[in-house]
Amino acid sequence: MAEPLFTPEEQKKFDAGIAEIISHYPPDRKSAGMLPALRLLQELKGWLPPEGMRLVARHLEVTPERAYEVASFYVMYHLKKPGKYVIDVCTNLSCALWGAEKMLAYLEQKLGLPAGESNEMFTLRETECLASCGTAPCLQVNEEHHESLTKAKLDELLAKLT
Amino acid sequence: MASTTAFEPIISGAWGQPKSWTLEHYRKRGGYEALKKALELAPAAIIDEVKKSNLRGRGGAGFPTGLKWSFVPKDSPKPKYLAVNADESEPGTFKDRYILELDPHMMLEGIAIASYALGVHTCYIYIRGEFKFPAERTQAAINEAYAAGIFGKKMMGKDFQLDCYVVRGAGAYICGEETALLESLEGKKGWPRLKPPFPAVVGLFGCPTVVNNVETLASVPHVFSRGADWYAKLGTDKSGGTRLVCLSGTVNRPGVYEVDMNTTITQLIFDDKFGRGLPAGRKVKAVIPGGSSAPVLGADELDVALEFEALKVKQTMAGSGGVIVMDDSSCMVRCLWRVARFYAEESCGQCTPCREGTPWQTRLLRKLEEGRGEPSDLELLSNVASSIAPYPPIGLGNTICALGDAAALPTHSFLMRFRAEFEAHIHEKKCPFGDKPWGAFGDWS
Repeated sequence: MAEPLFTPEEQKKFDAGIAEIISHYPPDRKSAGMLPALRLLQELKGWLPPEGMRLVARHLEVTPERAYEVASFYVMYHLKKPGKYVIDVCTNLSCALWGAEKMLAYLEQKLGLPAGESNEMFTLRETECLASCGTAPCLQVNEEHHESLTKAKLDELLAKLT
Repeated sequence: MASTTAFEPIISGAWGQPKSWTLEHYRKRGGYEALKKALELAPAAIIDEVKKSNLRGRGGAGFPTGLKWSFVPKDSPKPKYLAVNADESEPGTFKDRYILELDPHMMLEGIAIASYALGVHTCYIYIRGEFKFPAERTQAAINEAYAAGIFGKKMMGKDFQLDCYVVRGAGAYICGEETALLESLEGKKGWPRLKPPFPAVVGLFGCPTVVNNVETLASVPHVFSRGADWYAKLGTDKSGGTRLVCLSGTVNRPGVYEVDMNTTITQLIFDDKFGRGLPAGRKVKAVIPGGSSAPVLGADELDVALEFEALKVKQTMAGSGGVIVMDDSSCMVRCLWRVARFYAEESCGQCTPCREGTPWQTRLLRKLEEGRGEPSDLELLSNVASSIAPYPPIGLGNTICALGDAAALPTHSFLMRFRAEFEAHIHEKKCPFGDKPWGAFGDWS
């Protein structure tokens, strides 16, 4: 027997979450819940395991391919298990004008990880505009914004990621 | 000319005050009184008031809001929907985020008024996936509105039901395009739809749907609290109210500022109330006036009001209010390359000119920036951009949605205004700015 996808605790959260999501849409439009349902799965597992996507598809009464199509279109879904901390660095124009390229290079060197790659601890990625242009440069760690970053502030932040 | 009376911010007035995001704070400021007034009017009269106010959409296109509402068929047997576009992703734009974080009830009151006017009983607020905190603040405000009897079975005691849900995106700029947003709300990848039919007639789940931006809806209560005439007079002939602009790039004090529509770009950059100029010794070289899609302006073109019609005359656009300043030590090729790369990354892949053209632009610009460019590359770059969308004027794109235009307009406008700099990269076989292409603040420390 393969290991079950969810622990009993996770299973409870998933079932309640799916029921809540489906209740937000007309009864014949369950599949509209795809984005929130995939988010729910990712919050529970840290990524989107294939059997999880199949389960989501079954609940929303669509084919598994539909779940995979959506999951692969949006950059925030992880089709592979990421590091414990996902660091998304904005390098778009307003941030670049405040040194984002240099900040990214510093992170690559400090983490020993080129942008676009992962290890156990970190996934380091370049990302597009995070709507922090007035508080550039910025990045997200696991979807939390960190703004107006200096080298000192970034070092302080990294020291907390253990 | 700018009015001489003291300017009063109406959207951002409470920002910075403790607990400005709570229902209690909003009510103390007269919150939900506009809804009370609106509920005494007939739905058609509400739409007329919004038309009279000259409120125009703040998401990018500047379409008259009342007119958009009037396109929803009154006799449709289908349910109607309101979809709030909180997918704020246009580079240089960061205003809606602060409304969601600091004054979400102002938007919710606009949602309630719009829903009552349109006969909408279900509203979805589509918030970009990266906005975790703004989405939490919005959800908390929705919960308060339910508990206070504003949302739910009866709207302030009236026999009118409204349910309101937050849906978070998952990282796709294209979902800010209204029909892609609807596809995403239907649980699909964000591929834009052909228009017509327009969403007001065939929108979410095939039903009549209004898609409005966050700031647009936050403006609606003011039309009713102080009247459509008052609101219209705040603005210009064709554009009512105040507007939020987002100032970023190489200026001393970037940020979101609420401005009179007559405020010029020069004032925004240099005024003490706003950007406070550039660092010592630096001059403006280029300004993108309305988010990275908007054609760039040169330093001699900045005495123009940050308003839809005035910017249209300059063959650019007010767009989403994102004003990005580049100083005279920044490299135009490098800046354009970064913008082009964004559109290549975010092209949804549906239409050939955009899917193939956006990475092609990016490759050509990288080649130029690295000093490998040939004289014929400028013509080629211009041709690639034209095959996505020619310019001027704006709006001739060969693609289903405006992302194609958005990707081509920067290329056209940078080439038109800064051609000499592109040529210098070719002649010198390197970037004239060396390893400092990002201007005065490009050195991070």
